[in-house]
Amino acid sequence: MTATTPRTLAHKVWDEHVVRSAPGEPDLLYIDLHLVHEVTSPQAFEGLREAGRSVRRPDLTLATEDHNIPTVDVDKPIADPVSRAQVQALRDNCAEFGIRLHPLGDLEQGIVHVVGPQLGLTQPGMTVVCGDSHTSTHGAFGALAFGIGTSEVEHVLATQTLPQARPKTMAVNVDGGLPLGVSAKDLVLALIAQVGTGAGQGYIVEYRGEAIRELSMEARMTICNMSIEWGAKAGLIAPDQTTFGYLKGRQLAPAGADWDAAVEHWRSLVTDDGATFDHEVTIEAATLSTFVTWGTNPGQGVPLSGEVPAPSSYPDGPARVSAERALEYMRLSAGTKMRDIVVDTVFVGSCTNGRIEDLRAVAEVMEGRQVSPSVQMLVVPGSTRVRLQAEEEGLDKVFLAAGAQWRAAGCSMCLGMNPDQLTDGERSASTSNRNFEGRQGKGGRTHLVSPVVAAATAVTGHLASPADLPSTPKRRA
Amino acid sequence: MEKFGQHTGRALPLRLSNVDTDQIIPAVYLKRITRTGFEDGLFAAWRNDPDFVLNQPEYDGASVLVAGPDFGTGSSREHAVWALRDYGFKVIISPRFADIFRGNAGKQGLLAVQVTDDVVKRLWDVTAANPATEVTVDLHSRTITADNLVADFEIDDYTRWRFLEGLDDIDITLSHEAQISTYEGHRASHKPLTLGR
Repeated sequence: MTATTPRTLAHKVWDEHVVRSAPGEPDLLYIDLHLVHEVTSPQAFEGLREAGRSVRRPDLTLATEDHNIPTVDVDKPIADPVSRAQVQALRDNCAEFGIRLHPLGDLEQGIVHVVGPQLGLTQPGMTVVCGDSHTSTHGAFGALAFGIGTSEVEHVLATQTLPQARPKTMAVNVDGGLPLGVSAKDLVLALIAQVGTGAGQGYIVEYRGEAIRELSMEARMTICNMSIEWGAKAGLIAPDQTTFGYLKGRQLAPAGADWDAAVEHWRSLVTDDGATFDHEVTIEAATLSTFVTWGTNPGQGVPLSGEVPAPSSYPDGPARVSAERALEYMRLSAGTKMRDIVVDTVFVGSCTNGRIEDLRAVAEVMEGRQVSPSVQMLVVPGSTRVRLQAEEEGLDKVFLAAGAQWRAAGCSMCLGMNPDQLTDGERSASTSNRNFEGRQGKGGRTHLVSPVVAAATAVTGHLASPADLPSTPKRRA
Repeated sequence: MEKFGQHTGRALPLRLSNVDTDQIIPAVYLKRITRTGFEDGLFAAWRNDPDFVLNQPEYDGASVLVAGPDFGTGSSREHAVWALRDYGFKVIISPRFADIFRGNAGKQGLLAVQVTDDVVKRLWDVTAANPATEVTVDLHSRTITADNLVADFEIDDYTRWRFLEGLDDIDITLSHEAQISTYEGHRASHKPLTLGR
């Protein structure tokens, strides 16, 4: 391929990282950043030890504790001995192999996909991997970022590379601007409902168009985060002034002459005119509205103004069977208005919607209002830095005054691994990314929503948007 | 990884699509730091239902799982592959696999075989009609045989070679160590380091 051949952003980043290429073999890709957490790494470190191998580049590796840690009493030893042993294993492994770790209680601790960007570690044009499927989050910076399994974690630790078959590329063009009140979460849920949970399989997706350009970095992270929910290998967005503005001055971002060199290179990371994608999807932003899920996969969603669909509206086959099964699990009947669905739990947090802008949006709705007596509301910041920032802005006081619980940073109820779980039969509105059966706790039922829908739902006790709420005295003033 | 050429065993029909890795093994089983012994977590929630296919005695000892499309979606947890492997499965057949799951399976010698929807339906019918039907998956000829059914499947040459030879990826990559070092010598100086400069 000559330098003048128009290329997509994804292929530019890919090509820059090919260590070795041979016919009939996957490319060997160099990995710029390897993020590690306690759940998917212990067996990888054990594998290194068994083979007598070391970590090739501890200076390109960063670990944090997030999945299996409590969000209360974080200054005390972890109560669950099995969880405590797993967290201790990460601490021991990081000490043994010389890896930088941000443990519970550390200022930089938090969900791995919140920590990387806020440190300035995630930068355009990088390859980023982690033993976590939501690694796609980092694509918001124009990085090629994807989740890997534990054997691949071991592979990257040992070699700083991964053999990878070159994927196809897809463009998602979001034409026009988003209507007022429609968030990045609504956009991505609507996209997945349109294309289906398997549509991205085998593709690196580039999100493009006016609506994407107008999004903040945090909103872009929400979009890229959920790329995996429709099966994409990775999702990315070309870096621009918004990206550079977010990065400048951050702890591990380039500085001085390095900054200038970096920005010059980053500006070249766009899809060339004339480059072709293997597939393109177009979405008219003007047609989008507040979106929520009714079923047990992220593609089973409808507008909040809509109703639970009839399985017969799906083509005969797996989609219809899946819809029937989802209705049974969710204890919902076709034709029920989404706004009539009553919840008992609201979860705000996760690598999808646990950043400061999300918390601000929730606080704006909650201010001067009360969480419904029939609802428990958990607000869990994505990182300790996000928690401290929220407290500096007084957001914690808004949540607490409304009757919500204000927690320490971690993955929490997104995946139901720590004590923050739904119990059998409980129903949540959740700003997280997966509504799978039992995802938030055995027998729990999950509706995926945006931060402001989570807030309004906490107030009313049923799925709602801020527009449904009576105005508060303060608002009228 | 052990060499894999051909496998013959009885098949379990799992008539579901979008079987995500949270269903294959729920998060509470992910707290362990061992790499084996995950069979008790396999489909843990569904196994509470006595009617679930895995609880049917006629499928005891099945080593081939035949599932609907989009198998292994969601979380990257390799524990899903370990649970299937530890339970005794050698081959998973589906019209479409999630990328990460397929990659994980490939590292553990669990063969993920992609076939058409039609072949899956026929396998479901064959194994429902007679649960004792033996299914043979042959990597040399890239075919599945079950009763009168003979179907081709596609698998990329590289993965096939790795299975046939039982090769470990890290060993293969480390044989290219000189190229990795060469690449590292040319990385841009503005790229971040986690341990400072």
